[in-house]
Order: sequence, then structure tokens, then C-alpha cells
Amino acid sequence: MLRYTINRVLLMIPTLIGVAVLVFFLLRVVPGDIVEIKLRGDGGSVTQETIDMERKRLGLDRPLATQFGDWMVGMATLDFGNSMWTERPVVTEIAGRLELSFQVAIMATLVAVLLAIPMGTMAALFRDSWIDYTVRILTIGGLSIPSFWFGMLIMLTLLSLFNWLPPITFTPIYVDPVANLTQLIWPALAVGYRYCAVVARMIRSSLLEVMNEDYVRTARAKGVYERLVISRHALRNALLPAITVIGLEFTFLIGGLVVTEQVFNLNGIGQLFVQSVSRNDFTLIQGMVMLIAAFYVFVNLAIDLLYAVFDPRIRYNA
Amino acid sequence: MNVAETSDDLRELRDTRPEVGAPLLEVDDLHTQFSTSRGIVRAVEGVSFTVNRGEVVAIVGESGSGKSVTALSIMRLLPRLTGKIPKGRIMFDGRSLLDLDDEQMRQIRGRDISMIFQEPMTSLNPILTIGLQIKEPLQIHLGMTDREAQDRSIELLQLVGITDPERRLDQYPHQVSGGMRQRVMIAIGLACNPKLIIADEPTTALDVTIQAQILELMKNLSRKLDIALIIITHNLGVVARYADRVLVMYAARVAEQGPAEAVFHNPRHPYSMGLLRSVPRLDRPRGGKLETIEGLPPNLADASAACRFAPRCPFRIAVCDQEPPLFVTDTGSLSRCHRHEEIASGKITWSAAGGAGLNFAANTEAPVLSVRNLTKNFAASGGLRRAVGMVRAVQDVSFSIYPGETLGLVGESGCGKTTVGRLILRLEEPTSGEIHFEGVNLSTASPAELKAMRRKVQVIFQDPYSSLNPRMTVGQIIGEPLHVYKIVDGGQVEARVAELLENVGLRPEMAERYPHQLSGGQRQRVGIARALAMEPSFIVCDEAVSALDVSIQGQIINLLEELQRKFKLAFLFIAHDLAVVRHISARVVVMYFGRIMEVADRDTIYGGSLHPYTKVLLDAAPVPDPTIEKQREPRLIKGELPSHLAPPTGCVFSTRCPQVSQECREVVPPLEEKRPGHFAACIKV
Repeated sequence: MLRYTINRVLLMIPTLIGVAVLVFFLLRVVPGDIVEIKLRGDGGSVTQETIDMERKRLGLDRPLATQFGDWMVGMATLDFGNSMWTERPVVTEIAGRLELSFQVAIMATLVAVLLAIPMGTMAALFRDSWIDYTVRILTIGGLSIPSFWFGMLIMLTLLSLFNWLPPITFTPIYVDPVANLTQLIWPALAVGYRYCAVVARMIRSSLLEVMNEDYVRTARAKGVYERLVISRHALRNALLPAITVIGLEFTFLIGGLVVTEQVFNLNGIGQLFVQSVSRNDFTLIQGMVMLIAAFYVFVNLAIDLLYAVFDPRIRYNA
Repeated sequence: MNVAETSDDLRELRDTRPEVGAPLLEVDDLHTQFSTSRGIVRAVEGVSFTVNRGEVVAIVGESGSGKSVTALSIMRLLPRLTGKIPKGRIMFDGRSLLDLDDEQMRQIRGRDISMIFQEPMTSLNPILTIGLQIKEPLQIHLGMTDREAQDRSIELLQLVGITDPERRLDQYPHQVSGGMRQRVMIAIGLACNPKLIIADEPTTALDVTIQAQILELMKNLSRKLDIALIIITHNLGVVARYADRVLVMYAARVAEQGPAEAVFHNPRHPYSMGLLRSVPRLDRPRGGKLETIEGLPPNLADASAACRFAPRCPFRIAVCDQEPPLFVTDTGSLSRCHRHEEIASGKITWSAAGGAGLNFAANTEAPVLSVRNLTKNFAASGGLRRAVGMVRAVQDVSFSIYPGETLGLVGESGCGKTTVGRLILRLEEPTSGEIHFEGVNLSTASPAELKAMRRKVQVIFQDPYSSLNPRMTVGQIIGEPLHVYKIVDGGQVEARVAELLENVGLRPEMAERYPHQLSGGQRQRVGIARALAMEPSFIVCDEAVSALDVSIQGQIINLLEELQRKFKLAFLFIAHDLAVVRHISARVVVMYFGRIMEVADRDTIYGGSLHPYTKVLLDAAPVPDPTIEKQREPRLIKGELPSHLAPPTGCVFSTRCPQVSQECREVVPPLEEKRPGHFAACIKV
């Protein structure tokens, strides 16, 4: 198991290098660069000379291979460079927003999983009853209503019923938990709804399948209490496929909630992404893509390892 | 006329026999239904029987006859939403099971009645330890502490013959063999000392030698602990060996029930007669054609008042349009046949076997296929391409098959018989050795020669359910190779398909149907037609009849023999059922753990085998005759297959052989011609 984990961690390196190559060169294929936007963005006339000087200052005039090499060397020493727009280190730029996005992602996951497990389980156990239909209608809603629109509904409800809107400035949870939660619980609910719908449907269908398995019948034939049949024999098996969905949805949330953040006016990774792309801020975009890719690879490994913990048939012995 | 419709009559009937006291289980006029999208399926209709303390009762029947549903009804484990028991009474130990509430019923399950299921692979929870699964009923029903349950579990595992029980408790089901999993299931069943165990096809998924071990174990335990046993099976040999009384079920109803000797020796219902005659038997000289029950079982969604067996019954008369009651017959059995008296007086009997036996071509011709020193090793991978060992699936196998001949290849699971088939079909590349087909060495053959060979060598697979593409019609399935190989002109494909369907006994209209619209036997016929489409000279039949019911199996075997005569086909008939192999083969190869143990013509193998493994194998297979079976001492083979990762040195059978000596563990015995045409790989003979 340890060797397998080390192997997998080592395999992350080529994957991430691949991502780095792709994002670096794809960005360079896009016409226009940050200097033009910065200096000519508001229609002002700037001489070509000034532009060249600025390019030179940012190192954009050097050959692509050199730029790429520098970036890779920098990353190897954990130096991701400075944002070309704000001139602050990329790490600082991201760190400020990541805290918020990460918290929203975790809260959304909690909301989703805590609701999805009972919902999916009840729907499967009382298949075709009113409980099942309620869950199915709710989850269909979650899948089909866009999170940002649901977010807008939440905001409008808060405003019209309570004449209140959540605070706009981000307060870290360790500074003022109440202020923090009153701000972030709403976006977490908005995206958690969809998340919960996906997971609940997954649990419902896999539990339905597991309830037909021979070993569930065996458990009943042994005279095991029905509650224990479900929790010990059925649900534990049914949750395995849900782990994958939960993990992948979680990484998706880390990548930012581009539109939802706009709705709630949150200064998170999603907004940073939009900004940096519209400014052609190469170093910042690259840094963010690398961060998200690393998250993805890492969570995937975590899912595989979790599987081995929950399912004794899976043993990695490389 | 003597009619026994109620359990009072049944009880009277039983009271003439020596047992005393009220029966342990009394099932009276049980009806079970399922609501499906195609209407109500009456899966059990009016079944009545009793089981006494310590008695072994067998329920036999083909798939869909209602035998498993009867068991699930007793346990009240029917699917909640669809299953229903509209009528009937089940008395167990003085309590009416159908009147208990869920909690009371739960207390009986696993405590007083336990059940052992067919598939040991899927019937144990894969993510819980064996220990937990055994301890569960002990803690729930007997309120044992973890420590007490632990001790009792170890005791139980020892009782069912599992060595090293402490270690097994911490293992998961996938870490032990199939035979051992079934022992664990039995241990769970025995845990709380139940009064009744219901075993639903307890050994169907197991090899013959393991089957014998498990059944002997169950029988001995039930005798020792005075546990009544209901065995549900389709294997008549198992019934003959272990059952005191038999229920023969057909299409949701009991066709005949009575003492095993009576039902087996003097069946009084045409279905039981037919069933007994359509199984190939090891204890009788091999006849010519197998007798079969023509036709298919009825659809249970159609409610018909007629005798359920009438459409397939050769003795059908006008009165058969009315449902017969259960008559008490001269042998003391109950038969649901209007004409049971005529059967008893011998006025009606099944006609003698039609058709001649196989003529064996004298092997003067060149063999159609010969295999020399065939070896196949698989790398046992430890993940990420690191080989941790080698599985020697097939080692040094040589044999020849002549035109028009059937060579039987028998052995237990994991003996390499299927791999041999796949090597011949070129679905696997041999590690070493040669395969010659019609004189061409396949390992050096040109692509054109290989293509010609692929056409002439065909295969019929075991599972007719998964080996036909569900999205193609029968016509497309059979027609595809005709197009691909341009065997006939495009315009004539349809006519050829119709002709092929007729060859395998299907009506040409079947070409329009999809596989799911056919029965298992019909599907297998389609598989045969598809193979025939290529006009092959050689067909590998890989367990071609083992997934089929007895009465259907006979039909398919007869069809294969008929086609063989007609088209002079050679068959490699791979199977684990010794009686079927004996029936169909001219010569037989016995394999064990990748090696050939013995080769001889059929009568020699079955009449005068030399190799200890062959003897053990034949001994382990019960024959459908209670008199023979009950007198026979079991000669049990010990242990299970060795691990492929740590193969035995010397003779591969040395770890289980009753005649083993030190020398056997050191030398690999060569396959020698001990008598003319009779080869065996054993230094003791």
C-alpha cells in the first residue's frame, strides 16, 4: 500500500508536466498579450516603443523555450512568479482567494453529503412511495436548476422576506465565525443543492442495486435486524461508488464557481480566474491551472486509497 | 379414487410410516405470486408437503418450476413489493409462519430455520470479515458476547472442516476458495443450532469432488444434530444419494412426491419418468439417443386450468384438459396425473430410445486436429506490470481428434480445459507446443491459411444468455458470418439462415426475434446454428449444455449428435459433467491442474480407469438411483485444488491422491501408454 502510494505520487509528476506544457503553449497561441491590454486597454494611444519596453520588462520578448524553462525551474523551487498585472507573487494572489473558495467547497460538500445519504437511502428503501417521488423531484430540480440562478433566488428571498443581505466582505472563520458563516452559507447552499442531487441519485441507484444482492438476502435469512441489514450490509457497499462522485465534485468546486461567485459577489478563485483570463495574465493563469490540476490528481489518488480502505477486495500491492 | 388434497390426508399417509410426533414443517396449499409488468406470475400453486425432524427432503425441478420460491416463501424472504402469498398455510414447530409479524419472523430466521444459498461467491458480504458474518447471528439470536461468539465461531469452522479457523475469521470472503466459502455459509447456517436448514442448490456452483465433501458434511451434521434438511436441486444424483423424500415440481405445482425409492424406481408421473430418462447416467450402459421431453415449460403468467405438463406429455388424453388433483398411487407416492394407474400397471411407458448409437469411425483417417506438447503460462501480475509468478494453466498437453469424432475433455474448474479450447481457437497464443489443423501447423501458418482455419473451426459457448448480441436479431447473428466470409450470395443469405434454423430444430420465423425473446435452449440452438453457418469441420463445445435444464440438455445433446452424423463434424466437448461427457464422447481426456491425467476411449475410462484421479472423480459423482447411492460408501477426496502460485512438485495430484507415496512428490509422471490406446500419467499403474 505504501509503495503503491509512492508510485502514484511519483506518477503525478509527468501528469503535471503535461498540464504545464499544454497550458503554457495554449496561452501563447491566443492572440494579444497582457501588455496591449494593460497599456491600450482603455483606447489610449501608446507608442510601440513603450509596449516593447514593457514586454521586455516582463520577459515576454524572450524565446518561448526560455520562458517555459524559467517557469518550470521556478515551479521546481516552488516559485510561481509574479502576477503580470498586479506584480504581486502568484502565490499571494491565489492564497487570498483560495481560503474562501476552499471553505465554500467544504461547506457545500458537507451540506451535500449530509443531506444526500439520508435522502438517497430513504428513496431507495421506500422505492416508488411518496418519499421516493419527493426525493426524485427534488434531485431532478437540483440537476436542472443552474446554481447561479438558485443563488439569485436565495438572495431575492432574503431581501424580500427579511430585507437583509449577507455581508460582502470576507471575514475568515477564525476571526468571526458568525460573520463568516452568514456570508458563505448561502453560496454553499446554492452549489450544494446540485451536488447533493448528484450524490443522492447515485446513492439511491446503487443502494437499489445492492438491496438485490445475494448477501443482503443472506443477512435477512440470518435474522439480522432490518436496520442492521441496511446500515451494515447494504449501505456500506452502496456508498463505494458515491465516494468517486463526491471526490470529483469536490475538485470541481475547488476550481471555482465562476458564475455563482459573481451572484454572491464573492472574491474567490472563480472571480480571480475570470479576471486573469480577461487580462491575459499569463503567470497567474498558469499558476491557477497548475493548482487545480494538482488538486484533481491528488483527490483522484485519495479516492483510490479510500476505496482500498472501504473495500477489502481492493489491495494495491505494487 | 384416492385423492390427497389436504394436509390431513398427507399426515394420514405419513402416519403409516414409522416416524412419530407432529411434523416439524407443514406446508399446506401454498400459493405464491409475483406481480410483474407482464401480469401476475403464479410461481407456486397449491404446494403441500411436510418435513419431519431430522428428515432430508429434496425438491427437484427445472428452472422456473417454483422450487426456490417455495423456500423463500417459507422463510418469508420474497421481494416485498412484488411477491405475495395470497393463500396457504405454513406451520413450523407449532407456529403459523404466515401469521407472524416481521419481528417474530426475524427471530425465527437464522435461529430456528436457516438457509444456505446457491452462490457462495455472491452470498457472503464482500466487505465484512468471515468472522463478523458468522458471529452476527450468534450475537443477535443468542445474545453472546463477542468473546463467546468468537469461540463458537472457531468451533463451527472446525465442525465444517476448515483448518486454521482463527486465521479464517479475520479473512474476507474473496480470500478463500469457493468450496471454503460454501463451508462458511454452512457454518453460518448451523450457528444457532436450527431445527431446519433449507439449502437452495448448495453445491451447484462447486466441482464434483467439492460437492461430495459438502453434501456428506451436511448429511452427517444433520444426522448428528438432528436437523431437518430441505435440499433444493436440479441434480437427480444428489437427490438419490441424500434425500429421504422427494418433491418433483413442474411449472409451479408438485407433479409427484413420495419416498425417494418410490419416485426414482417407480415414477408415477410422466414428467418424473421423462426427467429420469433424459439424464445421461453413469450407472447404466450408454444407450443410443438420449430420451428427451420435447417442448418447453409453460408460461406461468397464463392461467390455465389444464394439466400443466399436458402440452409436453406423450400420454395426453382428453381428460388432461382438467387440472388433476394429487392422487395416492400404488407406491405410496402422490402423483398429479390422471393416468397414474395406467402407468402403475405398465400400460403406458415411454417408447424405447430411438436412433442408433454413434458409429465410431475407425481412426484410419488423418486427424482433423492434433495438439502436441501444448503449454500455456500466464503471468500472475501483482499490479503495475510486475509479474509475481507464473500460472501454468496448460502443461504439455497432446491429443488428436479424428473426423466425425467427439473427444471429451473433463476436469474440474481451473484444470485448464477451457484454456485448451481457447488455444485451439487461437483466442490465446500458446507459450509453446504445436497445434496442427488439417495438416497445417497453426503457429507457422500464413494469414490466408489462418483465415481458412478460422472458418473451419467454430465454437459453441456455455452461456447462451451472454454470448449472443442482444441488439441483433437471430437472423442477423446467423447471417453475419455468411456475409463476412461470402459463404453464399447476398440474396441467398435469408434462405440459408432459414435452412440453418431448421437444421437446429427452430422454425424459420425465429430469424426475426431477438435473443431475449428466446428460452435458454432456443438460444443455445441459435449458437449452434451460428457455428454451423461457417460449414466447419471442427467445433469446440465449451460447456455447451451445462447451463441448460435437464430436459433441454437432452434435446441439445441429441441435436449435436445428429448434426455430427449429418455433417461429419469433429467435436472437442469440454465439460465438467462426467455423465454428459460419457454419453457424447468416443474418447475422453481427463485433465487436472493443467495436465492430462488419463486418455482412453470412453468405455475404458468409465469402466476401467487406471488413474486415481479419474477414479476419485467418477466416485464423487452421484448417480440418480437411491438404492445404489445409499449403499455406497463415500470415497471422499481430501482437500482442494493446490494454489497455482505454489504448484506441487512432482505429480500435480500428489497433494490429494489416496495412493500417494514419496516418489510421487518428486517425479512428474509422464503420460504413458499403459495398455493399447489407454494412456495414464501415474507411476502407480
